[in-house]
Amino acid sequence: MSETATGSVFDVQTLRRDFPILGRELSGGRPLVYLDSAASAQKPRAVIEKEREVYENYYANAYRGVYDFGARIDEELEASRAKIQRFLGAAEPQEILFTAGTTMSINLVAGAWGRPFLKPGDELLLTEMEHHANLVPWQQIARETGATLRFIPLTTDGRLDLDRLDEVLTERTRLVAVTAMSNVLGTINPIDELARRAHERGALILVDAAQSVPHHPTNVAASAIDFLAFSGHKLFGPTGIGVLYGRRDLLEAMDPFLCGGHMIAEVFRDHSTWAELPAKFEAGTLPITQAIALGTAVDYVEQIGFDAIAAHERALTTAAHQRLAEIPGMQIHGPAIEQKGAIVSFSIEKVHPEDLAQLLDRKGVFVRHGHHCAMPLHEHLGVPATTRASFALYNTLSEIDMLVEGIHFARKKLRLTGPDPT
Amino acid sequence: MSQLQSMTIEELFDEFDALADWEERCDYLIDLGFDLPKMPDTEKTEQNRVHGCQSNVWMVARVNRQSDPPIIEFLADSDAMIVRGLIAVLLTVYSGRTADEILETDIEQVFSRLGLNRQLSPARRNGLYGMVKRIETIARETASATT
Repeated sequence: MSETATGSVFDVQTLRRDFPILGRELSGGRPLVYLDSAASAQKPRAVIEKEREVYENYYANAYRGVYDFGARIDEELEASRAKIQRFLGAAEPQEILFTAGTTMSINLVAGAWGRPFLKPGDELLLTEMEHHANLVPWQQIARETGATLRFIPLTTDGRLDLDRLDEVLTERTRLVAVTAMSNVLGTINPIDELARRAHERGALILVDAAQSVPHHPTNVAASAIDFLAFSGHKLFGPTGIGVLYGRRDLLEAMDPFLCGGHMIAEVFRDHSTWAELPAKFEAGTLPITQAIALGTAVDYVEQIGFDAIAAHERALTTAAHQRLAEIPGMQIHGPAIEQKGAIVSFSIEKVHPEDLAQLLDRKGVFVRHGHHCAMPLHEHLGVPATTRASFALYNTLSEIDMLVEGIHFARKKLRLTGPDPT
Repeated sequence: MSQLQSMTIEELFDEFDALADWEERCDYLIDLGFDLPKMPDTEKTEQNRVHGCQSNVWMVARVNRQSDPPIIEFLADSDAMIVRGLIAVLLTVYSGRTADEILETDIEQVFSRLGLNRQLSPARRNGLYGMVKRIETIARETASATT
């Protein structure tokens, strides 16, 4: 199939060669159809080689050695931090904190901002589509501080119901914690508007950008975002590294979350003083190599460009919706294509997601099934589990065909009759 | 199913030995899944549910104290067909055995021998591993109540 049909400005077959794993044949000669990038994205050679470059040429601990490698590592780390600062549109590199990932970033805000600053009667406003990583930390903090959790309700098609925002966004709201893009429905949330309305009420906004950063541009200054979290591994970068952006005045007012080496200015026998940003929030040894290679992943995405990525992924999502509609008993969850990113979660009558995922695996089609760490959302959908196909810049239209063929195969194996085009 | 329940573990090994690869084992599990008697919905209670991340398993045990030592029989179901097939395998291994026989069973070795070791891991969280844990607990309780 010609990929020019996607209207992409890049040639996806050429681009796929940047990802060594995508050329790998599975047992029995099955081609790999990787449709689980929303869980974790595959890595381009540039990222893999950057990690190798660090380990083979100048690896040492960071911010400690004055010797040649120590200085080089510091330069590489700070270059990566500066790239991420630009990528997010942050005012200064000191507002970019390296963390273990989105989960750690949100826990950091919950622990270092929520725990000391929330008091009984305060409200935290979340949404019904949050990943557990942006829900469970707040449940814990609410329990500890006496604050209350409230939720922006969803429309039947899985968007935030902003008509009802004033019911839940009140003078008591201290923080709006919201995903930029649902990991199940793909819904893209109106972050600029939510930030504006949160600020009008005197609340802060924290954005879980784990799903959105690989797909569309982020600008914390233009969107007036106070905290933003994302993970490297979903952005074609290494695992174990993530970022928390925090506005300087907020980070300055917060005490450290983790304590240990590097995050101190002076240590006395009975107390310590804190290092300047970002070190204050980077206790211990960072995932150094991963943090450096995350900068390479940012370069990779920027070099392709979000316009091209968005056009390609829109074509994939549109094709997926069209082709999946031909499956008997198919229900695609979430909003219309215009309001969502490259995620398609669905249910098929009489087909359990676990069976489907296992049978698709036999055709080399890798999808995710389950509640996708969003149990309250599945309660809203009225299904315990869904099957999710998610796309990235390296997926092709022919892979969508293979997904659809795989579903027909699965239905046949599960003894479901119905129109079978093959 | 009646055929399967009367099957011994050795016969189950023979059946699986004839299957060439995962494709064939998977097809066979689906067949077993279709043959497994459905559990009445009234039994599919929260109490009988073994929590799984990705699929649910319901299980009830009946201890037959008429025989000495007591025999434990299990009835189980799942919402996923391949898991139902795996349940059929577990019932062949465990149902109608004594507590001692159950506790002597190295289920991981059995699954490994059947070429199904990937299907039974604590990390997989499909409810099957939880079912094994619950079977072992019931066997231990039965054994201690007997002695």
